[in-house]
Amino acid sequence: MTLPLAEIQAPDIDYKALSPLMATIGGSIVVLMVGLLRGRLVQTVLVPALTALSLLTAIGLTIWIWEPGVQQPIIEGSLTMDALALGVAVLVYVAGLVCVALSLRAVAAREAGHGEYHSMLLGSITGMVVLAASSDLITLFVGIELLSIPLYVLCASELHRRTSLEAGLKYLVIGSVGSATLLYGLALLYGATGAMQFDAIASAISSDEVSLTDPLLLTGIGLIATGLAFKASVAPFHQWTPDVYQGAPTPITTFMAVATKAAAFGVALRLFDGALGLSQLEWGPALAALAAATIVIGNVGALTQRSLKRLLAWSSVAQAGYLMAGVVVGSTLGLQATVFYLAVYLVMNVAAFAVVIARERVSERGDDLSSLENLGQTQPWLAWPMTIAMLSLAGVPATAGFIGKFYLIDAAVAGDYAWLGIVIVVGAVVSFAYYLRVVAVMWMGGYEVELPTIPPRQVKPVSGWSPEADLSAQPEVAAIAIAFAAATILFGVWPDPLFDAARDIGTALSGLR
Amino acid sequence: MTIHLSIVLFLPLATGLLGAFLPRGMARWAVLAGTVAVLLYTVALLVDFDAGGGVQYVTDDEWIPDLGIRYQLGIDGLNLFMVALTAIAWVPCTLVAAFRQHDRPKLFFFNLALAETAVLGAFLAQDLALFIVFFDLMLIPFYFMIGGWGTGDRVRATTKFVIYTLAGSLLMMAAAIALGVLSTPDGGEISFSLAELQQRSVSEGTQQWIVLLFALAFFVKAPLFPLHGWVPETYRSSPIVTIALLGGVLSKVGVYGFLRIVLPIMPEGSQHWQELFIIIAVFSILYGSILAFSQDNVRLVVAYSSIAQMGFIVLGIFALEDKGAQGAVFQMLNHGLVVVPLFLIVGVIAARASGSESLSELGGMAFRAPVLATLFLIVAFATLAMPGSGNFVGEVLVLFGTFEDKLVYGLVASAGVVLTAIYMIRVFGGTMHNPPGADVESSEIDGLHLAAIAPLVAVIVALGVYPNFVVHRTEKATTASIQEAHGVGEQVATR
Repeated sequence: MTLPLAEIQAPDIDYKALSPLMATIGGSIVVLMVGLLRGRLVQTVLVPALTALSLLTAIGLTIWIWEPGVQQPIIEGSLTMDALALGVAVLVYVAGLVCVALSLRAVAAREAGHGEYHSMLLGSITGMVVLAASSDLITLFVGIELLSIPLYVLCASELHRRTSLEAGLKYLVIGSVGSATLLYGLALLYGATGAMQFDAIASAISSDEVSLTDPLLLTGIGLIATGLAFKASVAPFHQWTPDVYQGAPTPITTFMAVATKAAAFGVALRLFDGALGLSQLEWGPALAALAAATIVIGNVGALTQRSLKRLLAWSSVAQAGYLMAGVVVGSTLGLQATVFYLAVYLVMNVAAFAVVIARERVSERGDDLSSLENLGQTQPWLAWPMTIAMLSLAGVPATAGFIGKFYLIDAAVAGDYAWLGIVIVVGAVVSFAYYLRVVAVMWMGGYEVELPTIPPRQVKPVSGWSPEADLSAQPEVAAIAIAFAAATILFGVWPDPLFDAARDIGTALSGLR
Repeated sequence: MTIHLSIVLFLPLATGLLGAFLPRGMARWAVLAGTVAVLLYTVALLVDFDAGGGVQYVTDDEWIPDLGIRYQLGIDGLNLFMVALTAIAWVPCTLVAAFRQHDRPKLFFFNLALAETAVLGAFLAQDLALFIVFFDLMLIPFYFMIGGWGTGDRVRATTKFVIYTLAGSLLMMAAAIALGVLSTPDGGEISFSLAELQQRSVSEGTQQWIVLLFALAFFVKAPLFPLHGWVPETYRSSPIVTIALLGGVLSKVGVYGFLRIVLPIMPEGSQHWQELFIIIAVFSILYGSILAFSQDNVRLVVAYSSIAQMGFIVLGIFALEDKGAQGAVFQMLNHGLVVVPLFLIVGVIAARASGSESLSELGGMAFRAPVLATLFLIVAFATLAMPGSGNFVGEVLVLFGTFEDKLVYGLVASAGVVLTAIYMIRVFGGTMHNPPGADVESSEIDGLHLAAIAPLVAVIVALGVYPNFVVHRTEKATTASIQEAHGVGEQVATR
């Protein structure tokens, strides 16, 4: 039966592959609706529970459709749900679950409304997965906006704290500049190659149609790199990071730090290493220089910080530099090492941030370094996770961070970027100075931090000001800290599961060295 | 008899973890029991070891196949006595620590135990990446022990110590990865197994920079001039037990790395830098001796004398002659065996002088403490390489090895032997004889320290009487280690 309408064919949609996305989008809507209901129980229990349920469903569906190897794009080439996208998705979902748990007692969720808060969180998560899976310039942009806009709001969700609003505004302004730059770059790339979809771009570049020195192409790539660098806080586009990380509600900071980075590097790998065939272009060394600068700036910036959130923000800049090394080499090994490190980075940062949250809520010093003073004696259950997280971030053996760095250096050297490997190592040496200072404050009492004093802050204690009461008043925070610290050690000694996943992901992109 | 090296390796850590779950007072006994058990196991190892065989008691399992890292342990002549030294040194140090009051004892003894596992691991590893894992891991317990239980400006000191040492060892990690990657043949699997790396090869130019980065790490660890910047602060601030282990055992891991890794795997690169390393060694001998001579703090005298002694060892290794290397290996053991009791004696002396370790405030202890003085005298004689001591044999072998090809350096180094005698006698006289200081209350050595120090002194004497016990067992492996680098040297000479 041929009707005239048959001329227009609706795209063939593979609902199975789309299912994780639908789980979070659906969850987002349901949570928003349920959030309209009144009642303390609904707000503080049902909404977070539904959010967690949606994320767990998404994780389950992701595992269900997990398939190594190169996958065909779905929906007319706009999304590719391959192992790379799904691997990043799992990281993002885990970060989301952590954020939900850490937000249970957060001021932000209460002030912004539980329904809205969690709905936006799920929206942002969906955006991240879309971004990581995008194989089309338009989807890429949709993903990045869907990721960013809820985050702008979430950053400002502690309505009655000025710094939170400031962080939201700052992130909005700078993030918009980043998005605009990216969009301009995407347009130029389309102009140069005449294609929207990544595989079409790849074939245009590898054929002789497009000159590799075409200024349009090169400018486009440069602008795209800049736009993504804003999101991943790669120097010199990192300046917003410390301010926003410090100002935003800490559960949101945790989520941003680990999930945004995963999504941004996911799409960077797909676009630069996959579609643009970075190894063939002259862009490798330029990006490598950016990576080196990021490592140096991040580590030096962290040296003088005494706010833990700012310190972790600068450290995340440095870590972004390490991750860049894996992108720059443009090899399968580099892809695997980057994804591996993203997972490791999630585990160790969550442990650190959970401890910061636990202390911030009860200490009158807020997130100042001195809020950890003598924690080793008063609250070893928080001090140990923090110690392990710091040592792992620095890259001490028997922690996951060591193997992650080892893998990245391995990839860098194998990809003829031995000097970048040395830069990573030098950065790690510098980083010990500030990570160890955190450890010293906790365990080596009476240590004075030589920086100006801060006025004590009025806090509403979660509990009765005794270490034991503090701990039992927010058991989920301590549990997360301990669980992720344990995972840090576990993956440092027995990293096989992560390697198995990384190997699958390594097969997702074709045409790598 | 089957000997499982994994048991030796992880027993201390296991007891440390066990201690963490025992009541407060019990942790120390658990860890002490662990160190004694390791010592007993090591004695069995020494008896069972086949001097003619190669690498023995091999444990070889996959660890991280994707990175080519294997869990590979083994013992040959090179590390047999290093493992023994570790096992011997940890017992008296743990014993002394166990009878002292600590705050947070569980944590301290956990760190002490972890440190032993890490050091043993570095000595036992037969895989380069595994070696690096343990080499870097060693720092962490020492960081905590110095920072948590030290004196004075301890946090600053321990941070400086860690960053200094890490700067070296992380660069070494990068170099090691480069070695693994670059030596992988096309289409082959990456491997860090030392035996495998020895079969593969990298170009001479690559070897040169890799050797340099390895040397950086090992020289910082040893320490040698001019990379000893962390020494004064760290030694001054450390608890005495920690510093005994740091100076006695940890310092050997670096030089051991030359024999185990650098020389066999990168002979051309080693040969290239031979002259430079010998000059550094000779400088360290002179510099260390002169500084030891001019220090007032007894600890620092021992610390700087260690720099000179490590210089001797590196000189012996890089003479690239059989005798020199054998002397170096023997001297590694001897030096460890004298430094541990020396530091423990410093602790005993300080306890009798209201905590002072300054030579100008000490003196006159021998009259009331003849046993202490006797023990000190034996150790001091061993340190200055009195004929009849193992150190004498070691230093003579080192010098003979050097004389064969590098006569001038050998002669300069001989001056170090004389200087050693001067500063050791100065320390002995300054503490034991001389007019007593104002705050000195001399008394005989207590039973605890006697029990800790006397067995060490007995071992020193035994080695002086029967050095062949060691030389016989180390000979084969040592010769094999420097063989290729020596061969390269010969070729260069004939060309």
